[in-house]
Amino acid sequence: MTTVTKTAPVPSFADEDTDRKLCIICSKGTLDMAYPGMVLANAALGEGIETHVFFTFWGLDMVTRKRMDHLKATPVGNTAMHMPQALGPIPGMTAMATHMMKKEIAKLGFPEVPEFLQTLVDSGAHLWACKMSADMMKLEMEDLFDGVEGIIGATEFMELSEGGQIIFI
Amino acid sequence: MTTMASIAGREIQVDEEGFMTDPAEWTEDMAAALAKSIGIDELTPDHWSVIRFLRDDFASEGETPTLRRISSTIDVTTKRLFELFPKKPGKKMAYVSGLPKPKGCI
Repeated sequence: MTTVTKTAPVPSFADEDTDRKLCIICSKGTLDMAYPGMVLANAALGEGIETHVFFTFWGLDMVTRKRMDHLKATPVGNTAMHMPQALGPIPGMTAMATHMMKKEIAKLGFPEVPEFLQTLVDSGAHLWACKMSADMMKLEMEDLFDGVEGIIGATEFMELSEGGQIIFI
Repeated sequence: MTTMASIAGREIQVDEEGFMTDPAEWTEDMAAALAKSIGIDELTPDHWSVIRFLRDDFASEGETPTLRRISSTIDVTTKRLFELFPKKPGKKMAYVSGLPKPKGCI
């Protein structure tokens, strides 16, 4: 069915800037669980949504210089990897699972963690590290990826996430 | 559902969001009018490098390139893409280039 209109419709996506805000909490430090937060943040940024990512507990590994390029994926304790649990602890199994996962992720065109985080920062994301986790792991700003804006506590996170949607990973 | 619309004096087919449904109907002189309708008042040479890459890449790959594909193939950074096409670069670039919005997640 076609209808004739006089002028080109201004696309709906071009309506005034959105005031949506999205805060993603990344609490996991495994390779597989690093991606959901980053992919969602990337999608939000591409929609002009103000996006904050808060790294807490093991998620702090994603933005710790010494660890961010060495995240692993393991079948140990992870029945979702479809492997008999008894095989998990075999030496080399975690390295192999990590290698295979990296290959599959790369095949789809996704960057590795450090590059992905830089892309998020370049696209306007605000990255925050959790104060409690940083204190526990004895980390300071200089130990963290330079895209991290600051180390903040839960109260500050509550303030900055006001009015926004929160996703916990 | 396709609607006929008029841009720069030409009749084109668009979907319910306003994206052109037939990339072949696009011509370069429509780009300025399309850009103006989404708040981009002037298409600079930098805009054009991106638009031309999108058109070429769509022709060879059959799908609209994502920001990552664009920034890793031609000499433009992600940051620059957000400057040229603010807030929703993926959709804006596709719209101005007469292409479907990109589907990829990266």
